[in-house]
Order: sequence, then C-alpha cells, then structure tokens
Amino acid sequence: MKLESLKAGALSLVFLAVFLGIWHLATLPKAEIQGAADEYAKLMGKGAKKSDGFPTLGQMGEAFATHISDPFYDRGSNDKGIGIQLGHSLGRVALGYLIACLIAVPLGFLIGMSPLLYRALNPFIQVLKPISPLAWMPLALYTIKDSGISGIFVIFICSVWPLLINTAFGVASVRRDWLNVAKTLEVKPLRKAFAVILPAAAPTILTGARISIGIAWLVIVAAEMLVGGTGIGYFVWNEWNNLNLTNVIFAILVIGVVGMLLDFLIAKLQQAVTYVE
Amino acid sequence: MSFLQIQDLAKRYPESTVFEGVNFAMDKGEFVCIIGHSGCGKTTILNVLAGLDAASGGTVIMDNREVAGPSLDRGVVFQGHALMPWLSVMSNIAFAVRSRWPEWNRIQMQVHCQKFIDLVGLTGAEHKKPSQLSGGMKQRVGIARAFAIQPKMLLLDEPFGALDALTRGTIQDELVRICAATRQTVFMITHDVDEAILLADRILLMSNGPNACIAELVDNTLARPRDRHRIHHDPQYYRVRNHLVEFLVNRSKLYQSGEAARPAHPPVVRPGVEDAPPPTPSAKIVNLRP
Repeated sequence: MKLESLKAGALSLVFLAVFLGIWHLATLPKAEIQGAADEYAKLMGKGAKKSDGFPTLGQMGEAFATHISDPFYDRGSNDKGIGIQLGHSLGRVALGYLIACLIAVPLGFLIGMSPLLYRALNPFIQVLKPISPLAWMPLALYTIKDSGISGIFVIFICSVWPLLINTAFGVASVRRDWLNVAKTLEVKPLRKAFAVILPAAAPTILTGARISIGIAWLVIVAAEMLVGGTGIGYFVWNEWNNLNLTNVIFAILVIGVVGMLLDFLIAKLQQAVTYVE
Repeated sequence: MSFLQIQDLAKRYPESTVFEGVNFAMDKGEFVCIIGHSGCGKTTILNVLAGLDAASGGTVIMDNREVAGPSLDRGVVFQGHALMPWLSVMSNIAFAVRSRWPEWNRIQMQVHCQKFIDLVGLTGAEHKKPSQLSGGMKQRVGIARAFAIQPKMLLLDEPFGALDALTRGTIQDELVRICAATRQTVFMITHDVDEAILLADRILLMSNGPNACIAELVDNTLARPRDRHRIHHDPQYYRVRNHLVEFLVNRSKLYQSGEAARPAHPPVVRPGVEDAPPPTPSAKIVNLRP
C-alpha cells in the first residue's frame, strides 16, 4: 500500500516535470529573429527585457515569489494583494453558502418528511435547478441594487439546490426500521429529527454540501468578473485587461488550489458522519 | 380477564383480505409463538400489536387498555435488528433507555444498559459499532434493547431468521434463560418448528393467506426446563413436532377453500395428550426450514 502511493507520487512528479519541460521548450526565446527584434526594440525606444508573449517558467516563478511574499498589500482599488482578493471571494462564498445551508437544510427536512410537500415542490425545484446562477444576476442587480450583495445572492442561489435536493432525498430515504424503532420507543418528534433522521441522512446531506461548495467556487469567479470591484474573479479579469498573462496563470492556479482545499474540508466533514451499515 | 386479548382482528385491502376473525388471548408471563406460511399475515398481526400498523377491524386489549399506536409498554425486536449504525452498542441501548426514563442521570443510564449488555453476553463489546459485530451479536443487541426498557410485553418478529443454525441455537438458549429469569410475556413469529417447540408455551397455527385465520392453538405439552440438546429424546417432542409439520404441510391450505371450517374461536389442541391425530411417519423427514 505504502509502496503503491510512493510509486504514484513519483509518477505524479514525472508528469509535472514533463509538463513543465514542454512549457519551457515552448516559451524558449526564438534565437534567429532575436537580433532583429532587439534592433526593432531599440528603434522603438523600449527596453529589451519587456516581453508580452506567453510567460516563461522563470517569469512565472518571479510572479509567484512577489505575490506570495506580500499577499496583503493594498495600493488602491485596482492593485490589491492576492490574499486580499481571495479573502473577498471566500467571504462572499462563505456568506452565500451559509445562508443556503440555513435555508436548504431545514426546508429539505420538511420536504423529505412530507411526501405531499415533496411532490408539490418538485416541479419548481426541477425548473429552478438547471438555471445558470449567472442568469439571476440582472434580476438580482435590479432588485437588490447592490453589486456586492448580488454576488452573494448568486452564490446562495447556486448552492441551495444540491443541498435542498440531497437533504430531502436523505431524509425521505431514512430506513423504515429506524423510524419504527423510534416509534415503538415513543420518541418525541424533535428528538427523532435530531437523534435519528439527522445522523441517518447526514452523509447524503454532506454529499449535497460538497457538490454545492464546488459549484459556488466555480460561480464566484464568473460572478466577480461581471460585478467587478474585488475578488479573485475580478483579479483575473483585471490582469487580462492589463495583458498580464503571468498573473492570470498564477490566479488560475490559486483558484484551483483553493477549490481543492474547500472540497477537502467538506470531504473531511463527510467522513466524520459517514457510517457503515 | 386475560392480559392480552385479541378480538375479531382483521386486515383487509380493497382488493383482498389478508386475515380476518383472529381471536386469541395471552396470559401474563406466557410465551406464544405464531407459525404459518409466508403471506398469512403474521407480521401484520405483530405490527398491529406493536402499534406500527392499523387493523381494518377488531380490537386488541392489553392490560385492560385498548392498543392504539406504539407504546413503550411493548418492546419490539425487529427482523433485521434495526440497530442505528452510527451509535455504539451501549448508545443504541441507551437510546431506548433514555426514551423510557428521560429523568435518569448518566450513571444510572450506564449501569442499567450494562446490566442488559451483560445479560445477552456482550460484555466487552459495549463501544463497538454494529458494523463491527457479527449477525448474531447484532441480534443480541436488538434483544438487549427491547428487554432494557422492561416492557410489559415483548414482540419478536422472526428474530433469528437471518442467522446460521449454530448462532441461532446459542441465542435461543439465551432467550430461554432470560425469559425464565424475567417471566417476560412474549409474542414471537417464527418459521422454525423446532424453535417454537423449544421456546413456546403455546403455538398459534395460521392457515395460508389470503383470507388467513388462526386454525389451532397448540398447547406445547413438553415439560420445562427444556434443553435444546436433549429435547429430541423426549417422545412427546415428536408428537408435538409431527402435529405442527402435518398442519403446515397438509392442512394449512384447506381453510381457504372451505375444506376445513374456519373456527371463530380456534380449538385448543394438546398433541399426544388427548385425541391428537396419529403422527404421520413421512412428516418426520420433511424439512421446513426456509
């Protein structure tokens, strides 16, 4: 087992090396036209160091070092450290996601416990679920009249469906046997909800939570590109407007790593409530 | 007046009748087994007694009160043990005990649970999860949970059906011992003729469903205490066994067609003691276990 994971790790490193090698080869300076380009640059009165092509590995490393060495600087609205931008994005996601949990879990409980409610609300859920959360943006901007809160609303609306559906499904499919045990023991409804149904449905609810956090993190980038101001999505768009590909690539990597960490966090929670039958 | 009285119980669906005209009574401390083929409504009767299912007609009176809905007075051991997999053995039992005595403190609760864990021979497994237990051990936890709330009556829905013969034997012995010690009133469903003879004071025979009825009340004339290893040396054992097997193989299907009269109050039969039908030799080798 240990050997297997060692092998896998080694292979991952090989893949990374191959990828970086291809990157390095693809971005090597082109020697034959270098001289002409230099002269042209001199003629144009610019420094030869300026490169606006695809960044080399060296340039990427430099960008990494500068961003990570000072992640929290703030030099006006268009120049903030990556830490601050991430903080804004994570704050929006956390808030929207929390509101979604607070609404979806209790509501899902009710829907799951009542087959009537389940069937009555199902058509609405089925129609609302596939709507791209960004499609809500104009409506949110018009009604809320605040771009920051609109962003949070979009996160809320995209996280709410998987949570709601999974909670309702988890609650509805709690084993009859366990409910019968609670019945024969004359367990009160509130205790039944917290001591039987909630732990029984928890793994399913957290599967929904995991899907939701994934979607929320996907959507926040797009939402911030639209809304602007702050956040990692705005950072990407801003750096694109600056034609700074190095920073764009750096941001893409950060988005990936943070998304992975969020997923890992919920997966840990899920592991804690999962039971073996 | 008997401890438990079942009068004219029936379960009907629009398209069919499962059983009707079910009448019987049980005394306090009695162990009654019910035997019948699948589909005759044994489990439905048990669920009505438990309050988990509603009958279409008739009444159940326990301890001078009509049974309506579930109650802590009736403990149920479920067929599929029904333990909560996220709770340990101790917590599963404590869940039941807390329902019965919510005012108890942690120490009282623990002492009480431990007593019943020891009773079913699970000392040392208190903190294991059900997934870490064998099928037999899980069923013991189910039994401990039902006994721990000290109900007036215990309902067992084929509790050993899923166990292998060896494990079944040991748990049967334990049940005999616990019931002898506690004088618990027990109503149990079984498919196993030998199990019924070992455990029951009386055995209810149900005819085939649909339109099932209770055909006979068989008095188990075997003397107590009964030992699983020596019971088959008793000639009386075969008289009772043959009577049960003969019913299940040949007579249980006659009631639907009207070849045998449906008794309003099932006759009490004491095989081998008074005018019992002669044992059929062929019935001895019929294997009825599922």
